[in-house]
Formats: sequence, structure tokens, C-alpha cells
Amino acid sequence: MELSITLKKLKERFHNSIIDIHSFRGDDTAIVKKEDILRITKFLRDDEELLYNFMMDLTAVDYLGREPRFEVVYHLYSLKYNKRVRIKAPVPEQDCTIDSIISIWIAADWFEREAYDLYGIIFKGHPNLKRILLYEGFKGYPLRKDYPVRKRQPLIGPEN
Amino acid sequence: MSYGLFLMSRVCNFMSDITKELHTEHMVINMGPSHPVTHGTVKFVVTLDGETIVNFEVEIGYLHRGFEKMCESGLWEQAFPYTDRLNYVSSMINNVGYALAVEKLIGIDTPERCKYIRVIVSELSRLSDHFTNVAASGLELGAFTAFLYFVEARDLIWDLLESICGARLTSNYVRIGGLKNDLPEGFKGHTARVFKRCRELWIDVDKLLTKNRIFLDRVRDVGIMSPDDAIAYGFTGPCLRASGVPYDVRKAQPYLVYDRMDFEIPIGEKGDNFDRYLVRMEEINQSMRIVEQALDNIPDGPINVDMPEYRWQSKDDIYTKIESVIFHFKTVVEGIKPPEGEVYFAVEGGNGELGFYLVSNGSGKPYKCRVRPPCFPLTAAMPKMVTGSLIADVVPTFDMINMIGGECDR
Amino acid sequence: MIADLIEAVAKILFIFGVNMGFFAPVLGWVERKQSAVMQDRVGANRADIFGFTLIGLLHPVADTIKLLTKEDFIPAGANKLFHTLAPFITLTPALIAFSVIPFGGQYEIYGHTINLVIADLDVGILFIFAFASLSIYGVVLGGWSSNNNWSFLGAMRASAQMLSYEVAMGLAIIGVIMVYGSLRLTDIGAMQENFFKWGIFLQPIGFILFIACATAENKRIPFDIPEAETEIVAGYFTEYSSMKFIMFWMAEFLEMITIAGIITTLFLGAWHIPFISSKMLLSLFSFAGANGATILVMLTNIATFFTKIIFMIWFQMTIRWTLPRFRYDQMMKLGWKILLPLSLINIFITGLVLLL
Repeated sequence: MELSITLKKLKERFHNSIIDIHSFRGDDTAIVKKEDILRITKFLRDDEELLYNFMMDLTAVDYLGREPRFEVVYHLYSLKYNKRVRIKAPVPEQDCTIDSIISIWIAADWFEREAYDLYGIIFKGHPNLKRILLYEGFKGYPLRKDYPVRKRQPLIGPEN
Repeated sequence: MSYGLFLMSRVCNFMSDITKELHTEHMVINMGPSHPVTHGTVKFVVTLDGETIVNFEVEIGYLHRGFEKMCESGLWEQAFPYTDRLNYVSSMINNVGYALAVEKLIGIDTPERCKYIRVIVSELSRLSDHFTNVAASGLELGAFTAFLYFVEARDLIWDLLESICGARLTSNYVRIGGLKNDLPEGFKGHTARVFKRCRELWIDVDKLLTKNRIFLDRVRDVGIMSPDDAIAYGFTGPCLRASGVPYDVRKAQPYLVYDRMDFEIPIGEKGDNFDRYLVRMEEINQSMRIVEQALDNIPDGPINVDMPEYRWQSKDDIYTKIESVIFHFKTVVEGIKPPEGEVYFAVEGGNGELGFYLVSNGSGKPYKCRVRPPCFPLTAAMPKMVTGSLIADVVPTFDMINMIGGECDR
Repeated sequence: MIADLIEAVAKILFIFGVNMGFFAPVLGWVERKQSAVMQDRVGANRADIFGFTLIGLLHPVADTIKLLTKEDFIPAGANKLFHTLAPFITLTPALIAFSVIPFGGQYEIYGHTINLVIADLDVGILFIFAFASLSIYGVVLGGWSSNNNWSFLGAMRASAQMLSYEVAMGLAIIGVIMVYGSLRLTDIGAMQENFFKWGIFLQPIGFILFIACATAENKRIPFDIPEAETEIVAGYFTEYSSMKFIMFWMAEFLEMITIAGIITTLFLGAWHIPFISSKMLLSLFSFAGANGATILVMLTNIATFFTKIIFMIWFQMTIRWTLPRFRYDQMMKLGWKILLPLSLINIFITGLVLLL
């Protein structure tokens, strides 16, 4: 299989941190170790031949029953070379943390808060990691697969 | 002379004493969610020093209804009504985006006629989105008449959409591998009449706003985003283009038949609210051009793929052929079953890149159905755009990022 | 003596009736219909009695009944006394200011001189200004006593705006006073019998300046910053409901009428019809006898005056439904840096022309 330049460069540069790469339906995907996410994304943004300057999307997926359970998914876009890449970083349930990439793309601010809000993944180094779509006092993380669809939340109200 | 100077210095000293001793404090006010400018969908916690904004926090989530969770608990095709309610002003684009993402996941290509119709409905939705946005920008600055002119135009566009799919707002028109139905009889003539009126209204609004000194003063040099900032904040769509970055998914990665259409993407210079307004006004014209071209070149033929495992066949077939009945039964009960895998597909929504990230585990239900809402990063940049300016500047800035609660909060 | 009393009471009742009974409610209707015409809409047409809608004219009645029957709400923590006092302080000056505006000239009927003005003060203009500035207190009190941040912001904006535009407005009409050499509004009106002696021709800059400042005084778009609903909800009357709300609302319309009255008197030839002098009118109506002709002339003049007022109100409404609103700092800049110097220059030029 012919590798795209992005995946090739990633593989050359970070062969120790790349777990797997594939291109399903033309979507370049690299699965990387979560410890190296900062280094890899910084490289992707700054490398002259890649220049992934847009962080389009950041989300997480809960593969319940698989180990590691979560995957944090980054979608990057390079304006100059008109290319997209998907970076996935598996996050185990026991150590549900990953480095925040807010220092690389400020856009990650709210996306990380959302992933924290809905999946309970802690982004280390995020300056303001609190719930964004749900309210303070919401119990549990609703997009986890073990969160029942019809679960009721306790009533909250003003403290006094 | 020297006495005068002495007196002056005394007065100055006295004045500086006053400013030193004057006790001032910041005022924190909650703007929204039930505030006229926030449309009931967002709350700003604003710290004011007089009228100047010192600190600005955005709280969203008032319209959160668990889009992803709902999609995960339904079949693949059952997500369409939910996508309608993302950006409810341009619901057809959401339909098209989701359908294209699922089709990419399956790996099917729709017939030509279907692609043209999808382009037409996408652009009509974009028109309705931009009409609403520009209209609201007038309304929120007090120009109520401009608002109603464009609301009339939007209503005419909605009449067109209604003639296509029977609904004005929540269309639920596109299907995986096809469309619900073909264009109605006489659609081209209807569109021509509507566009004629829309152009008249466009000229009226242009006269009312574009060279209006008060409007210019209100929107110019307010909410400036430099190109680098805009990219770093993840801006897309008209707001990014207003900052001077020529990125439009329709041009960068053409989907459907956009590569065959002759249209231009307007670019702003400064990235202030006035540029955003101008970009939207010009995109209205371009969208009308695209629709006209698509209607001129639309070929005849089927609108659905001939793959009974993904798209229902016509009722005639279902009633007469046993295979069709079986497939129909299976797709209705179990849903279509895309192969295992994951895709990301982006279309140009009304506010920018509307991306769908789908994960399939081979079953009839989406394992994950994530939507990348274009106005989410735009809203996140609000503090950056308004801090340090006056509270009145929140109005045009918030309007021009066109935050749609249904899309931002999902 | 008794004739004088009857005359005074009649005039007061006439003005009060026209303003409160006709203009204030009908203007609400006109405003709706006017905006509807401008915006390709139908406008108010739903309120009906036994199926007769009277092209929406019943809406003011329906509005009044609705607002009267609503709860008169005073928010917690509000200063009850000032909160209640504020709408009265706003409404009263708006009503009183009209008393010095002449709605016709002087007429001799059956040996009795009728002067068609309630109070013919020799400092009529100053009187109007004095009362116009009083209405600021109502606004500020209303905003401050509501115990609401938005009201408070609105009151601050209102006081700053009205005070600064008062200066420019006062200076804008000094030119008129210089040209006509009188502060008495009846004199100024009488001097505009010749069409080319209308204030709008002698003081064109003053006219424009005055319209701008007057719109700002009345806090209407494009100067409706103290009540900009998309920024600070409804400004100083956010917390008002029921009858108190309607009083603020009526004060706005009354001020509109007063402004139209001042503009008519100072700039648009008061009660005179262009190119037709009172003598021509008298000879035209000579068929009715001396007294009858005078009465007819008087009625014509009153009609002319109110036609002009209606035109000016229409003009203000057209502005209201065309323009967006200023930002606070831009409006202050406009007031202090453009309107004020312009009005000073206007005075200077007028003085030069008068001297030469």
C-alpha cells in the first residue's frame, strides 16, 4: 500500500510512538501513543511539508470492552497542502488522562472541555477544564457506552 | 503668568487626587440566556468597567439534547431528523453532509441527478442561512426594516424548500444513497421567480445597510480576527474568509458536483464584522448563481442508487419483486449495515466546515456519530473578539459569528 | 374675565384632548402601520369589536386595556417611592412643554382677542428647554431605583446622552432666536408669514442640527442607546409594567409631538400656509362675514399647524424605521465633536450675516 507523505513522515520520525497507521476510504489515520501527542501534533503543525495548521475536530470514542477503552481523535487539516489527517490516541480507563494540546491550537480549548464533559477524559494542562455542554453537578459522562440512555439525573437547584 | 501656572498645577494636583480617591468597582452582569441578543441559547458573564468589557465568559449548552447519544441509539437512517435540528436554519446541508459521510463509509456513489439536486438544496439552505444572519444583524443594530426585507427573502426560499420536501424548517429530505423524492413540477420557473424577488430585496438591503454610515460605524473595526488568529481558533466558513483566508470546502475538496459549478468565494481584508457581512452578502449572490447553473445543467435519470441493501427500491418494485420485499424488510427492521471502519467527511455548511465523523462496527446502528459544529469554535473565540471593546460591540460580533444553538450545543 | 377663563380652559382642553386623546394613542397605531408599509407587512389589524377591525384602529384601545389590567410589578429591592415617581416625572414635563407652543395666531372675534397658545410666555423657548431637561430626572430615577443592572446602565447612558445633547440642541436654535430677535414663540411664528422667511430657509443648518439633537433627546433610533433592547434589554424601563410602562411610552410619543411642534413653530412657518398670507385667506373667506371669516381663518391655521406636526411626526417615524442605532461612544463623539462645534459655527455665521 502506497503511504501518503504524512503517514510516511510520521512513521520515519516517530516510529517508536506510532502504534498503527491505515487509510480507510482515503482517510489517513495514525494511531499514536498518548504520551507523545504533544510532540506529534507540534511536528504536524510546524513541519514545512505538512503544515497542518487547522485543528478541525477533537473528540473521543468509547470502545467499551476493548483495551485501552477510549480513543481521543484529532482531525487536522493543512490549508497549504489541502490534506487531512486523523490522529488517534488510545487512553486506558485506569489512567484516563492525556496531554492538552491547547498550547498548539487554541481551538482545542472548547473541544477538550467537551470531550471531558461527555467522556470524562482529563486533559492535563488545560487551564479551564470544566463542563461545557452539561451543567456543573451532572453525574456521570453521558457519551460513555455504559451510560444508560434513559438514566435520570438528580434534581439540582440553587444552594439556598 | 507664574501665578497662573501655579494655579494650574494646583488644579491638576487636585484632579489627580480625585481620580485616586474615586472608588470604582467592576460590574458583573449575566447577559442571557433570556437576553434579546443571545436568542435564549447562550449566556455571557460579562465583567464591565463602565461600558468597557474587562472579562467575557461564554456559557453554552442550553440547547444540548444529546445528539450523539440519540444517533447511537437509532438506526443509521434514523439520524436524519436529528441532523435537521443541528443548524436548523440550513437543515438540508446537514442532511446532505450526513448522507455523504455515510455513503463514504459504505463506498457508494449516487446518480448524477441526485448530486445536482443535493447541490441545489444545499445552496438554497445556505441562502436561507445567510439571509437570516444578515437580516438579524440589521435587527440587532436597530434596523428593523432591513431585517424584514431579508426575512421575506428567506420565506420565499423556504417556500421553495417546502415545495421540494413538504417542510420548511426540518426537512428530512436526503436519504442514504439518494433522496426522498425528485424535484416538483415547474421547480425551475418557481426558482426563477423567487430569485428575481430575492435580488430585488438584496438590492434594497444593500442600499439600507452597506453604505449606511451608522451601520458602518457599528460593524467596522469591531470583532477583528487576524488570519493567524482565525486559523488558530479553528474558524471556518464566512468568518474565516472574512479574515482573508480563502478556504471553502466546496473549492478545496469539491464534493457532489461543485467542481463543475462556476462560482467564486469572496474574501475579506480585515476580518472585522463588516467583512463578515460583505462576505455573506456576496455569498448570497454566488449561491443563487450555483442554483441557477445546477438547474440549467441537471440531467434526467434516477435519483437513488440501485443498491437495495442500502436504499429502498421504488414501491412498484417492492410490491412486485420478492427480492425487493426482502431487502426492504431487512433494511427497515435491521437498518443498513455499513462495513466496519471510520470516516470523516466535511461539507461547507452555512457557518463553515460541517464535518461528520462516523464510526461503524458493522451493525445497523452508528457506533459513533460525531458532528463537527462550525459555530462551536466561532463561539469559543467570542472572548478574544470582544474583550476590551464596549458592551454594544457584543451585539454585531455575536450576530456575525452566527451561533446557532442547535448546532453549537447539539 | 369669564371669557378669558373659558378661552384658557378651552385651549387647555383642546391641546390636552388632541395630545392625550388623539395623538398619543393614534401615534401608536400610526407607528405600527407606518412601519408595516415600509416593511411590506400588513400591520396591526386583529383587535376587533363585533368583527369590525377599523383597519387596526382598535389596537390602541386593546393595548390600553391590556396594560391597565396587568400586574403593576415592583421588583424586590427597588426603591418603591422613586420607582413609582419616575414615570410621572417623565410624563408631566412632556405634557407641559406643549403649553407654550402656539397652534395659531391672534384673532379678533366679536371684539374678543383670542391668542391660540395656552401660555404666551416671553421666554417660551427657555420654558420648553427647562421642562425637557426635567424629564431626565424621571429616566435616571427610574433606572436607578429599579435595582437592575440593565436599568442602571440605561439610566447612566440616558443621563449622559440627554445632558450632552441638550447643549447642542440649545445652541442649535440660538441662530433662530438671533434671526427673529425674540424668545416668544408666538412672535417667531407670526414673523414667518412670508414663505421665504421660514426658519428652514434662514437657518438650514440649525434645522438639521435641531432634528438630530431632538431625536437624541427623545431617545429614538438612531439615538435609542438608553433603551437599546439588544444591548441592555429595555434600558431604564426594563422593570416597568402596566400603567407605569404606558406612561413612559406615552411620554415618548408626547415628546415626539412636542418636538414636531417646536420644529413647526421655529422652522416650518408655524401656522402659515406657504404663499397664502392671512389677508388673502380673509378675503377668500369674506363670504362668511367679518367674524365668520376670522373663525374660518383660525380653523384653517389650526389645521395647517397640525398637518405640519403630523408631517414631522411621520418624518421622525421614517427615520426610526430606516436607520440602525449608534454605539454609545460614537453618539457622544457625534454630540460633542460634530453637532456642538457645528452649532457654534452656525451661530457665528448667523451673527456675521446679521451684522453685515
